[in-house]
Amino acid sequence: MAFLTSWWVYLIIGIIFFYVFLQSLVTLIKARKRAFELGFSKEQINQTITSSMVFSLAPSLAILIGLVALTKVFGSMIAGMRLATLGAVTYELPAAINVINGVFGKQIGDVLTPEMVITAVWVMTLGCLPPLILIPFFFKKMSHGMKEMRAKDQTWNQIMMDALFIGMISAFVGYILAPKTPEGETPYISVLGILVLATSAILIILLGFLMKKYKWEWLKNYALPVSMVAAMALAILYAGWGVR
Amino acid sequence: MKRSYQDQMHFEGRIWMLGALLLFLSAPVILSIGTGVWPTFAHFLPGFIATAVIFWPVTTIEVFTFSPMLGVGSTYLAFVTGNLTSLKVPAALNAQDALGVEKGTDEGDVISTLAVASSSIITTLIILGGALLIIPLTPLLESPTLKPAFDNIIPALFGALGIVYISKRVKIAIVPLLVMMIFFPLVPGSGGLVGIMVPVGVLISIIVARILYKKGLIT
Repeated sequence: MAFLTSWWVYLIIGIIFFYVFLQSLVTLIKARKRAFELGFSKEQINQTITSSMVFSLAPSLAILIGLVALTKVFGSMIAGMRLATLGAVTYELPAAINVINGVFGKQIGDVLTPEMVITAVWVMTLGCLPPLILIPFFFKKMSHGMKEMRAKDQTWNQIMMDALFIGMISAFVGYILAPKTPEGETPYISVLGILVLATSAILIILLGFLMKKYKWEWLKNYALPVSMVAAMALAILYAGWGVR
Repeated sequence: MKRSYQDQMHFEGRIWMLGALLLFLSAPVILSIGTGVWPTFAHFLPGFIATAVIFWPVTTIEVFTFSPMLGVGSTYLAFVTGNLTSLKVPAALNAQDALGVEKGTDEGDVISTLAVASSSIITTLIILGGALLIIPLTPLLESPTLKPAFDNIIPALFGALGIVYISKRVKIAIVPLLVMMIFFPLVPGSGGLVGIMVPVGVLISIIVARILYKKGLIT
């Protein structure tokens, strides 16, 4: 499967990475200008940019785990392109398995033919297209509708926004309690996951307390990434104690 | 006539997104042209149906669930760069909360856009770096010592994020939390259903919030 590392694959994937990077950069520059117009200070803007970058480090590194798995099928460049655009590893991996295993009866890690790999790339590309079609054609209308609704009742708008986030958070808190099903083993609920969830929650409360007591305003932007990374580090310790 | 900032974001966002659509579609086409290998209908169709039957509805619902959370500027970027639940939405939320801006306002929108764009830049660079350096990185990423940390990124993220939000709106959170905490442990294979359960959770919490608001129990 020499084509996976051929110059033209690097070229097309390079163009896609460049496009996504350029869109991010242009959006950042325009939003920065708009933030100044709305009266945000340079310090507030820079802190938002820096803290969002710091926050993104750990989840981005976790994506690389998915990259290792997908590289076994697609080579690292195509795998990287799939993970840096559109979906997430939670979509890409099942979509690849649907083809490699479901259609061709092979496993990730087996020797595959170009037909298998290319069929999987086609399925992964077309299997998560709706947002790229729906948003350009319908999002403007939808956001105007939302804006009118907000103008009618500001209080409800704030409550509704909080409710949206709480709905998402509830689903993920529940998801942590979903039984894990390792191959050949009895399903189990991950005590480690629950412990990490609790640790992270306790850490952010603790940081909030320190922020108030010592007036560490700077910590406000970093409380989430610090709690998250510390809880992940403690997961290693808990696992070392035999918690799973 | 000069467009408003929001209209300009819609205009440019549409161009960027349609450009991305063409570019993403061109990748498999070029792969097939370059190798001379095209998927046969008999192989493509079952794989596509098995994928689309789940992910077309899920990604469609995601548009309606996440775009109000993200706002105009960041929606056009976040859906191109993906990784919404573990990166873009929490990044936007964290940035808005840190500055104390109201969500759904122009200020909230611009801060969310700054956060999502910054997050996208870092993620793109890390994934590109990872793809180029995959051989030396693989032993580190597959290290059994680090595995528990990477396996538990979702609990680590939603523990901190969850407590902040739930403590802010306990009355709204009780019902959706209970429903999810009963559903996931009891339903076999529920781990694969989180994409479907996010909009369900959102719907429950909005209904609960509306009832409480109408009854004057929350402000």
